[in-house]
Amino acid sequence: MSEEIIKDVIIGENEDYIINMGPQHPSTHGVLRFEVCLKGETVKYLIPHIGYIHRGIEKMCEANTYPQIIHLTDRMDYLSAHMNNEAVCLLVEDALQVEVPERVKYIRTILDELNRIASHQLWWCAFGMDLGALTSFFYGLRDREHILDIFEESFGSRLLHSFVMPGGLMHDVHPNFQKRIKEFITYFRKKLPEYDQLLTGNVIFQNRVKGIGHMSKETAIGYGVTGPSGRGSDYSCDIRKIAPYGAYDKVQFNEILETGCDTWARYKVRMAEMWESLSILEQLVDNIPEGDYTAKMKPIIKLPAGEYFQRVETARGELAVYAVSDGNKSPLRMRFRTPNFSNLFVMNEITAGHKIADLIAISGSLDLVIPDIDR
Amino acid sequence: MSSNIYDFSTLTGSIHAWLSGLMSTGWVTFTEMVLVGLAFLLMYALLGLFLVYAERKVCAFMQNRVGPNRVGPYGIIQTIADLIKLLMKELIPIRKSDPLLFNLAPFIVIICSFLALAALPYAKGLQAIDFNIGVFYVMAVSSLSVVGILIAGWSSNSKYSLIGAMRSGAQIVSYELSVGLSLLAIVVFAGTMQLSGIVESQADGWWIFKGHIPAVISFIIFLIASTAEINRGPFDLAEAESELTAGFHTEYSGIKFAFFFLAEYMNMFIVAALGATVFLGGWMPFHVGHWEGFNNIMDYIPSVVWFFSKTFFLIWVIMWFKWTFPRLRIDQLLTLEWKYLLPISLFNIVFIAFIVLMGWHF
Repeated sequence: MSEEIIKDVIIGENEDYIINMGPQHPSTHGVLRFEVCLKGETVKYLIPHIGYIHRGIEKMCEANTYPQIIHLTDRMDYLSAHMNNEAVCLLVEDALQVEVPERVKYIRTILDELNRIASHQLWWCAFGMDLGALTSFFYGLRDREHILDIFEESFGSRLLHSFVMPGGLMHDVHPNFQKRIKEFITYFRKKLPEYDQLLTGNVIFQNRVKGIGHMSKETAIGYGVTGPSGRGSDYSCDIRKIAPYGAYDKVQFNEILETGCDTWARYKVRMAEMWESLSILEQLVDNIPEGDYTAKMKPIIKLPAGEYFQRVETARGELAVYAVSDGNKSPLRMRFRTPNFSNLFVMNEITAGHKIADLIAISGSLDLVIPDIDR
Repeated sequence: MSSNIYDFSTLTGSIHAWLSGLMSTGWVTFTEMVLVGLAFLLMYALLGLFLVYAERKVCAFMQNRVGPNRVGPYGIIQTIADLIKLLMKELIPIRKSDPLLFNLAPFIVIICSFLALAALPYAKGLQAIDFNIGVFYVMAVSSLSVVGILIAGWSSNSKYSLIGAMRSGAQIVSYELSVGLSLLAIVVFAGTMQLSGIVESQADGWWIFKGHIPAVISFIIFLIASTAEINRGPFDLAEAESELTAGFHTEYSGIKFAFFFLAEYMNMFIVAALGATVFLGGWMPFHVGHWEGFNNIMDYIPSVVWFFSKTFFLIWVIMWFKWTFPRLRIDQLLTLEWKYLLPISLFNIVFIAFIVLMGWHF
């Protein structure tokens, strides 16, 4: 027997030690599987296996009308439900050349930012928990509850709102809307420093995230990594700045960019974005104009034949909607370019050579929402 | 001095005398062994129940929650309800596991934690066996539990369990050194390894106050290293639930899982009790040098209260660590031990030996 075979087969030196992380694994939320190849504790490579929560949303769109499609979109990235809804609404409004009232634009933008804060809060909870800091989970959820209460008061649902409709909103917001948001801003401005005290300043935490998961700007652009994860690699990709929609052209805000390219940079981007969102909310909440909550729309929405494209910035990156219409009330083909799909596949590139524990930290820093990947 | 402290040996002595009047010497020894064993079993169960409840309440306190509050007043019967649930759960057999080792592992872990209880002085005169090498004995038996953890990980036929067990092995073996050296510092001060002797040597002040800064350093090292040795956060890599689901006990269910769980809490009690005994005076009340009046007042608090309040204070600190800090990575864990804690404790012990030689300590 040759020495090669002894090494390969008998000692198993060249054999890969494969471990399946997921789908039944606490940090992959039951719907994603990483096939991780290990050498000791070090990750050699990993292959993401997706499709555990594929519901065929794009196909379902072809059988549904545009107002119905909105209810499908918030099942993709359920943590940025409002942004997903808005993408389809903007697409339809753009196709029909509808001018939506200013009030609607303001309220939509406020909801966008509230949703972004809520999403980043949940990311912060889960990121802390992935790193073993269990208390962060409860701090984040405590504050997220305030946002969900605002949502519940205005549109009855807390997570999947489907509140925006083509042309405007389903109905007007609750009279308390402005007051509650102002209360939340003052509340959360006091609570956000607690996040830094608990986690950001911790030496163990900083050692765990600094220099881990280096994703260069070229890699980020190459894989199409957008959102806070891309901006952590100094990749300017904020759709709110590049192609403003809603009331984003009326507010002053900074696009947060970090040059660290590692998990720590992505962490800092998201923390800074929460502050930035608070400042956007502050600028908008007092200036909501009076007016109708919806533009005049036909009872049955039919898009003229043609191709339409719209993109928005969700809490995780760029969501693009592409629709082909043949003039009927449902699209001929609907395609979603979801941010998490691109963000997931950079995992292999940036985890190779790190430890298992880092793999969890990196996947946490990319803030993956799996239903958005599978659609 | 300290004549006010109730000596439990009068109670045990009278029991012994009463038993000797009833039966022959051999039977007396046998009966006493049974009684002591039963007492320890009872204490073990009660402490386990209490610690699980305390952990839940402490963690709820840290996390803006209420904690268990439905079963019984303030949820105090919650742990018993959970125990019943665990007892009734199915013991899932694992395909291709090694049945003997798989079933043996929880017992090894729990026996190791049980053995250490025997040598601890709980109050004045209340100690099952007063070894002359008490510190050494407690260290030795409590570190044996790594064998059980390795067996559990190996026999489970699960890759997660195996990684968890290997991590745990590396971790416990490394941190054993720092725990040993930090305890040795006080052994040098006290000049004895006998736990009762160490407690008696603190009659005019606890070692953490008497031993200058080196004693404080070894106390901090002891806290860090013993937290690592019992696999608790931030050093809970062996069961890192976000990475390895549950580490070495992933495949265990029902009461076998409960054994690991209970052993973890009892190990926490043991290291806290050892730390309290060696650094914080054990059952010895808070005494300051020759302030006789002050010391006499302190003696009115029973020694068993002193022991348990110190122990639970240390347990609370260890819980505080777990619920505040993120988890370390395996290489950072080993770096912390081999590059920082171990050299510091080595220098520390040399320094302490020097202090003792020069007679600089109080």
